[in-house]
Amino acid sequence: MNEATSHVLAVAKREWRSYFDSPVAYVFIIIFLMLAGFFTFSLAQFFEAGQANLTGFFTWHPWLYMILVPAVAMRLWAEERRSGTVELLFTVSVTPLQALLGKFAAAWLFMLLALALTFPVPLTAAYLGSPDGGAVFSGYLGSGLLAGAYVAAGMFTSALTRNQVISFILAVVIGLFLILAGYPPVTDLLSRWAPMWLVDGVASFSFMSHYEALQRGVIDLRDLVYFASVMIFMLFATQVVLKNKVGR
Amino acid sequence: MIKAQGLVRDFGRRRAVDGVSFEVDKGTVLGFLGPNGAGKTTTIRMVAGFLPPTSGMVEVKGINVAADPVSAQKNIGYMPETTPLYEDMTVSGFLRFIAEVRGFSGKEREVRVDRAIERCFLQPVAGQTIDTLSKGYRQRTCLAQALLHDPDILLLDEPTEGLDPNQKQVVRNMIREMASERVVMLSTHVLEEVEAICTRAIIISAGKVVADDTPAALKTRSTHYNAVTLSAEGEGIVPALENLPNIGKIETLDDGKIIAFPNSGKSIAADILGAAKQNNWTISDIKVDEGRLDDVFRQITTTEDAGKKEVA
Repeated sequence: MNEATSHVLAVAKREWRSYFDSPVAYVFIIIFLMLAGFFTFSLAQFFEAGQANLTGFFTWHPWLYMILVPAVAMRLWAEERRSGTVELLFTVSVTPLQALLGKFAAAWLFMLLALALTFPVPLTAAYLGSPDGGAVFSGYLGSGLLAGAYVAAGMFTSALTRNQVISFILAVVIGLFLILAGYPPVTDLLSRWAPMWLVDGVASFSFMSHYEALQRGVIDLRDLVYFASVMIFMLFATQVVLKNKVGR
Repeated sequence: MIKAQGLVRDFGRRRAVDGVSFEVDKGTVLGFLGPNGAGKTTTIRMVAGFLPPTSGMVEVKGINVAADPVSAQKNIGYMPETTPLYEDMTVSGFLRFIAEVRGFSGKEREVRVDRAIERCFLQPVAGQTIDTLSKGYRQRTCLAQALLHDPDILLLDEPTEGLDPNQKQVVRNMIREMASERVVMLSTHVLEEVEAICTRAIIISAGKVVADDTPAALKTRSTHYNAVTLSAEGEGIVPALENLPNIGKIETLDDGKIIAFPNSGKSIAADILGAAKQNNWTISDIKVDEGRLDDVFRQITTTEDAGKKEVA
């Protein structure tokens, strides 16, 4: 194992443990599962719909993540900067890139763990009927990628400030933009005056069109590339911020 | 092992460090002195590779810190001024994390952590979470972190700040013990500390080096250097002393003691004893002053230049 990888792993491990050393992890997972259940079974009327698919379950994830992921990501850098530990981290031969990859990995894995714990939902669907296994898989894939994109955005806003509240709010706003850019009421509003290519351009920034394709069971390389590029862009932006802001 | 050349660091329009140069070799305990806001912490941060200099360069063991901080930092143990620590970790968990990023794994990691705990007397709190520690233990945990990889260069930013006298003594002994094989650079505004452990002192004021010498040599710049304090009985002591050629100024204290200052820094004790014998004075107490560092410090750091800087 080379040095860079071991640095990334060490940072990721520390970050992962810090979720579970405090009540944050447990509170978060419980709330996440309760809300996911509430949306699926009450709002989307999973049982009443009489269909053995998980559309009602996945539809709400972008909104759920919009609020909850910033809560997981806000402390990643804001806390390091507030308490000064960033000075420690960046003087023990760890580079900003290694540190941010480690933190991102830990936060994303944590979200994936929370998502994996929703397994009773597909099990229920499988018990009641026979859902399309491929669609369930691609739905989870889409939701996992979506969570990663939100984590990356949340980490970026966390690097911008020492204040976790500001980081949280900025991340929610970015999330909201990325959802709404492709939301029909918004695209309709735009299409009244903007040329079609602009409407499509803005809409293609949105999580929604890419996420919905995956929910329907369509795994298109372009959608995967979209999510990957959102994450890479946000990580890159984080690195730029760290290099320019830390210590100043 | 440390070589700084013309280090400059600006924060916005304010110049915090203004052309600091120095070189330090193995076996030196360098005290970095200065009033608050003089640029001590900023300079140390640049040496540690946390802040890039605006201009100028710092090398540790021949590695340019700004160009290759990762390699440079392998030779450096750094204890920041505010002793930042991950509050929710235990002391041993935290040290294990540092050991991992320092490149130790498996048994080697455990050995290193155990040794650092032992060296810094952290055994009683090793399993405690850091947010429950007292100031002294926090300080030592941060020091343990800096020592873990046996660096050749130790940078300690106010290592004894906020400690009680016993804890200060413990930390100082540790520093003295470690110094022979290494370079220790510590910043402080506690002058007794410099006298106690440093082999060399650099005084900076308003971002500039204003003195660079051994503590003993610095003390000779004090007006109190070789001043003689005496209690004596007899006739016409003060006028007689004033007539001695090497004595500049005489002060009489409230308790009747007399302080005689030399006019050129030369020893005057013999002259005074000679005069006492001649005039039959009875001297009950006599003391030669070695000079006072706080005197020199005040003299140097409150020059006109420093005052001007503050306003700008």
